Amino acid sequence: MIEFFHVKRDIPFMSYGKLTTAISLVTFLVAVVFLGYKGLNFGVEFTGGTVMELQYGQSADLNQIRDSVSAMKYGDPQVQALGTTRDVMVRLPATKLHTAAQISDAVLATLKKDRPDVQMRRVEFIGPSVGDELVSHGITALVLVCVGIVAYLAVRFEWRFAVSAILANMHDVVIILGFFAFFQWEFTLTVLAAVLAVLGYSVNESVVVFDRIRENFRKPQMRGREVPQIIDNAITATMSRTIITHGSTEVMVLSMLVFGGPALHGFATALTIGILFGIYSSVLVASPLLLMFGVTRENMIKPVKVKQEAVV
Amino acid sequence: MNRYPLWKYFVIVVSLVVAALYTLPNLFGESPAVQISTARSSAKVDDALQARALAAIKQVGLTPDATLADANSVKFRFKDTDAQLKAKDAVQAALGDDYSVALNLLPQTPQWLISLHAKPMSLGLDLRGGVHFLLEVDMNAALSKQLDKTAGDIKRELRDRKIRYGKIARVRDSVVVQLRDAQTVDDAANALRTALPTLALEQSKAADNYTVTVTFTPQGLQQLKSDAVKQNITTLHNRVNELGVSEPVIQQQGEGRIVVELPGVQDTAKAKDILGRTATLEVRMVDSDPNHIDAALKGNPPEGTELMPEQGSRGSGVLLVKKDVELTGDNINDAQAGFDDHSQPAVHLNLDSAGSSIFGTLTRENVGKRMAMILVEKGKGEVVTAPTINSEITGGRVQISGAMTSQEANDTALLLRAGSLAAPMNIIEERTIGPSLGKDNIEKGFHSTLYGFLAVAVFMMVYYRVFGVVSAVSLACNLLFLLALLSMLGVSLTLPGIAAIALTLGMAIDSNVLINERVREEMRNGMTPHMSIQNGYAHAFATILDSNVTTLIAGLALLIFGSGAVRGFAWVHCIGIVTSMYSAVFVSRGLINLIYGYRRRLSSLAV
Repeated sequence: MIEFFHVKRDIPFMSYGKLTTAISLVTFLVAVVFLGYKGLNFGVEFTGGTVMELQYGQSADLNQIRDSVSAMKYGDPQVQALGTTRDVMVRLPATKLHTAAQISDAVLATLKKDRPDVQMRRVEFIGPSVGDELVSHGITALVLVCVGIVAYLAVRFEWRFAVSAILANMHDVVIILGFFAFFQWEFTLTVLAAVLAVLGYSVNESVVVFDRIRENFRKPQMRGREVPQIIDNAITATMSRTIITHGSTEVMVLSMLVFGGPALHGFATALTIGILFGIYSSVLVASPLLLMFGVTRENMIKPVKVKQEAVV
Repeated sequence: MNRYPLWKYFVIVVSLVVAALYTLPNLFGESPAVQISTARSSAKVDDALQARALAAIKQVGLTPDATLADANSVKFRFKDTDAQLKAKDAVQAALGDDYSVALNLLPQTPQWLISLHAKPMSLGLDLRGGVHFLLEVDMNAALSKQLDKTAGDIKRELRDRKIRYGKIARVRDSVVVQLRDAQTVDDAANALRTALPTLALEQSKAADNYTVTVTFTPQGLQQLKSDAVKQNITTLHNRVNELGVSEPVIQQQGEGRIVVELPGVQDTAKAKDILGRTATLEVRMVDSDPNHIDAALKGNPPEGTELMPEQGSRGSGVLLVKKDVELTGDNINDAQAGFDDHSQPAVHLNLDSAGSSIFGTLTRENVGKRMAMILVEKGKGEVVTAPTINSEITGGRVQISGAMTSQEANDTALLLRAGSLAAPMNIIEERTIGPSLGKDNIEKGFHSTLYGFLAVAVFMMVYYRVFGVVSAVSLACNLLFLLALLSMLGVSLTLPGIAAIALTLGMAIDSNVLINERVREEMRNGMTPHMSIQNGYAHAFATILDSNVTTLIAGLALLIFGSGAVRGFAWVHCIGIVTSMYSAVFVSRGLINLIYGYRRRLSSLAV
């Protein structure tokens, strides 16, 4: 039997509580600072504007493209390579003066004049009103996910568990956003989907640990132990599973990052960061928080409800 | 103890067979096809058309592999694109302009699978290539246009009733009629109440301010908006048909928005041009002089007249009409199919005030002659109907009836309505995906899922041995169930959807890891192998349920609030969570039971 994590004695995670909380707090604050200072580089879906993906027969001259598009006076263009030297992305801000239809056609015509080997791969135009709606929908979705999860956990466990889980996971979300702000990666609709998926996934993680904590509280042989010891035992017992599960998901996501091409890049990046911090936060943020909120055995035992045994 | 009753194995086997059947169509790929649909609502798709098209194809020495007909189109499938192109040209030449002939891709699903309603997943635009537009109907313009017409109607009504009025002005969203005294205010209000029952009236009898203010009721406003969107959608449908797009999607989204998706269309400039174009109705007089008709048929029409093709119940033919346009479709408020006094199908037109007075004069001066209603599209006119004028027609209500069926009346009404857009539209979102990018996306999505899956499966087998093999197999089952459900539900697969498949597989393994770890733990705690399996599964289940429900909450929120890309992701994600519960818990337990459950003396587990 191969075992990566065969730990004989419980690791005293809770005694590092102060340290891990401090680390979390610092990373969290750093992320918030970047978010506030640099802001997110919102994708065209949110800001409105036009994005064109072009492919050239041979490697493209970005400066020349930038000059040609600038000369058309549709606003300040962003021109960047997209993975290869042949693929180019041109981004233009939303303008009131021209309709989208005119812009993309005119740009392609101009670039064709410079280099006939250019080919349009993708055009995306989003009017500004759509962007505002997406932002409000995104925020609503985020709030709804949080409320839903807190409600479910509060019913299944207890409010302390629910609040610590959601705080730990919001911490993950803020850190992902912080990364996107720091590196000025494009924050698109798919990245938002990834962030929300991380929220669900990461709560998953806390739930597994909490489930163990609840079980330990109810176990007769754990009766004499202190609360921190019970939590330590729960974390140690689930650690192997935590690492392997996250490893598997991470492998999938990395596969997307490597083989998925530019279309899936942002999505996979957000998930990669989210999953790595998910491991950390569910173990070392959610549990100390639980302790801080003063969870006791009585919180879990009081409702004398027989834990429902599953019929498998 | 670790044995399933027979019916549980049966459920597993049946679900796997069903899933395999419904996943199967995705493996057959697509072959080129030619699709014929009507370009005008007066042309029908029926068996006769199918026979004509088939004859045309046979004439160029081709035989289609399969023929598929539905209510609105006929499709012929071919072996390769050469045959497809040749057939398309032949069919187009044979059928003429009344039908649009488009190139399409049809799934090569065998007949026995089609009869089971098994069909491959439909691909989203980002995987197929094509254009996506989101159009916003300018409601203010629609309202403004309607208020202008209402002002004209009021003017006409008051003049007919001989009620003297002062200024009629539009004030914001209302029409204000200035009147002389309290008596005329009452008269005007009574007259307008009967003439315009859908509008709200407000009287003011203050000294020096005798007015009637006309506004839309909230219901009327709602009706106006929904009619505007509906009419625009009808018009767009008609126009998209002209483009020869194989499977267009034109749908209302929200209150005043319309989504148009045109798969396979690459020429966006042309698409935009056609979506924004207007078609109009023209009323002209018919020249019935036999000498003139003879001359025209010899290719020499007299000055100021032209030959115009005629469509309709009396068969196709030509009519000689004058070039002077008496009235245009801009003066039509509405066209509805209905019945005349003799219970014959008819089309009721409602003209605006200017149109009514022009029409009144025209009919008064031309009793006994024929007039032609001509629909001008693509710069080409076509006579829809050419009735004889029996008497002067006043009041702006025109009825067109003849030997037509109610279906034809509906079609004509629709054509007249669909001629132009009710309100201007703005493109607020546009997405074009080239076909090469679509193919790339499928390939990349497929590869990333495949490699990720293989890596996870190999790891599981090495790390958990027999239990790992069971986990890998149940993960594969999960993929099968997921693909089958997606195909059955007809959810269209997008690139984020493929990403969700990969992610769901990565997350689904969590359940198996939980179970396997639990079984190991029970063994470590000194349980017998059979007890370990039993307890491992039982203890893991509560955790699996909790963690999947929380993930599902996030998935559902995405589904409800997401749009476009996010929805595609959320659908697959939510379905994947449900299938993963089934396969990771129920199916994997079934496999474990088969492997270990029937061994009496079990001393160890390969976990």
